[in-house]
Amino acid sequence: MTALWLTLLIPLLGIAVGALIGQRRHAGWVNVALTAATLAAALWLAYTVLDRGPQLSPGKMFYIDAFNVYLVALTAFVGLTTAIFSRTYMLHEVERRRLGKRRMRLYHSMYQGFMFAMFAALTTNNVGILWVAMEGATLATVLLVSLYRTPEAIEAAWKYFILCGVGIAQALFGTVLLYFAAERVIPNPDDALLWNVLYAAAGQLEPTVLTLAFVFLLVGYGTKVGLVPLHNWLPDAHSEGPTPMSAILSGLLLNVALYALVRMKMIVDGSLHSHLAGYLMMGFGMLSFLVAGLFLHRQRDIKRMFSYSSIEHMGLMTFAFGLGGALATFGALLHMTVHSLTKSAIFVTVGHAAQIAGTQSIEKIRGLIRTQPAVGWGLLIGAVAIAGFPPFGVFTSEFLVLTATMKSWPWLTPPLLVGLAIAFAGLFRHLHPMVYGEAPAGQQRVTANMLPVLLHLAFVLWLGLAIPAFLADWFSQATKLISGSSPL
Amino acid sequence: MDLTQLGLFDQAVLLFAAFVLFTSFVMLAQARIVPLIHTFAWQGALLAVTTALVAYATRHPHLYLSAGITLTLKAALIPWLLHRLTVRLNIQREVEALAYPTLVLIAGGALVIFSYYVALPIVQLSAMVTRNTIAAGIAIVLLGMLLMIVRKKAISQVIGFMSIENGLFFAAVVSTYGMPMVVELGIAFDVLVAAVLFGVFFFQMRASIDSLDVDRLNRLREVDEPAPAPEETAP
Repeated sequence: MTALWLTLLIPLLGIAVGALIGQRRHAGWVNVALTAATLAAALWLAYTVLDRGPQLSPGKMFYIDAFNVYLVALTAFVGLTTAIFSRTYMLHEVERRRLGKRRMRLYHSMYQGFMFAMFAALTTNNVGILWVAMEGATLATVLLVSLYRTPEAIEAAWKYFILCGVGIAQALFGTVLLYFAAERVIPNPDDALLWNVLYAAAGQLEPTVLTLAFVFLLVGYGTKVGLVPLHNWLPDAHSEGPTPMSAILSGLLLNVALYALVRMKMIVDGSLHSHLAGYLMMGFGMLSFLVAGLFLHRQRDIKRMFSYSSIEHMGLMTFAFGLGGALATFGALLHMTVHSLTKSAIFVTVGHAAQIAGTQSIEKIRGLIRTQPAVGWGLLIGAVAIAGFPPFGVFTSEFLVLTATMKSWPWLTPPLLVGLAIAFAGLFRHLHPMVYGEAPAGQQRVTANMLPVLLHLAFVLWLGLAIPAFLADWFSQATKLISGSSPL
Repeated sequence: MDLTQLGLFDQAVLLFAAFVLFTSFVMLAQARIVPLIHTFAWQGALLAVTTALVAYATRHPHLYLSAGITLTLKAALIPWLLHRLTVRLNIQREVEALAYPTLVLIAGGALVIFSYYVALPIVQLSAMVTRNTIAAGIAIVLLGMLLMIVRKKAISQVIGFMSIENGLFFAAVVSTYGMPMVVELGIAFDVLVAAVLFGVFFFQMRASIDSLDVDRLNRLREVDEPAPAPEETAP
């Protein structure tokens, strides 16, 4: 359990550290050190879970099993690489005078606060605290979205705050309903919101109330996942905030929200003995997948474009979790990992590309390969990976999801394939001129740290070629937990 | 259920639940900012009284603590923060033009009926005295949303937002006699942080768009410029 406390306490300490010294020039290094320490603690935690199986903390406040521990490790890893990127990137932003030094304190403090909220949401056993932590993650990031204080940034942050706030209020109502149902069968009211207790008693919970609860939970956490038609905040928040924020919002926060939704689905499935929750998730997932793919074609802002790509992939994952069954669930878990690695790598390169061109407008970013080959190639390979080309991991997970769809819902395969093709076309019609086109005069090379991109893409490639045994073991344990059957 | 068979305190709970719902309607119709904040404070106070009454009538002592938190937070601290903001931003005399006030109130009434319909399956399951008021909780949430939709001033939207929280808290109190303490404290903390952040936002908004009118936040669109001809990339 020491590992768990460390994973939670280091970012908590980081909030104070960031607030105190965040404006100094070496604050970026401190941020890197803090996230590195968190990653070490998270890996230690992962090791103990791998070694001894699921763990319940004393006081039953935290519960770690195969499903959340790999997300904790992933979150810590992406948190570290993004911190490495953010150090040079934010220094450059300060030099360009887009923000003052005082705001760097806010930035570093809230970076750690955001990490803390995500770790708390992932590890908690109490579904009420899960809600509190999800709302906390919104609150921590809302001032980061408005960090540049431009009218657009303020608008994006206000939209984010209001839509996510109201959206997630629905999830709180769902949680109240869940508690209402649980209180009638679980004798000790203090235990009635603990996930493991609810999961064990799921069969006795009243189905009508849980159906109603799930609808509210789906709308609530679905807003955070960015499901269409509740996605409006997402492209704005991603495009107007600082790029490291976009990387962790897209790569991590959406995952955490989906995690919350899947945890709720596990309880509801146990009570309903029908596939209703799954059908709802499939419907919303498919809609998001198709709509976001179409929207990719209309984008003019490079960060907006990739945030629509995130909506598309989150839609696919929601669809796969809704599909249920071992194969689809395994595919969805793998997709969560590879999407977050690839997408954060893409946002890192996009950040550099925008600094090279001095704008985020797709039409003005041209000829990256000529100006700075590392960034150009990084963007190209990242986009190839996210579009689902072999041999990258995204291909593997999408292939698994497609196979599972063919088995259980054959007539849904064509829309999926068409959606993938539309999204591919949408990405590449914008990407091609940005990477290969003629570089306009005045594009300047920037100091770019491509190490995070390289690491992420190497991992994605590795996952596409061969999933390491311990990871496959985790995924299959988590799959067994979620779907009830084992894929391997 | 015959009301006269209920105990005096149970009847009082129902009465105060109605009062809380009534304040939601008053907020919908109130166009001036300062009275709007005062109505919001009254809703918080009535909510605290209802919670304390439920605590007394059903002998759930931990609800007294919830009532205390609600009273400090929703009836005193947040309204005070908002009031101070209106003074500092010098908007305390502003009156918002309400579009279709009658229609909005009728829509509010329809929402209340809808809430009773939604709450039917839950009400049938419950044996509590307060079960009829679950629908009132849902209605307060929906009316808060309606308030956010019809208003254009940022501060009215914030009040709608906080009133949604009030409705959720009310629903939790009357359907389950409150959530576990640790969750309630967490929610209270989130609400407080949200209120402070909203304050920060008002200043950022005023500094950047020189207004607190959310209609002026309209720069981010899907297609923000007239679309030029789609580019063909040379092979």
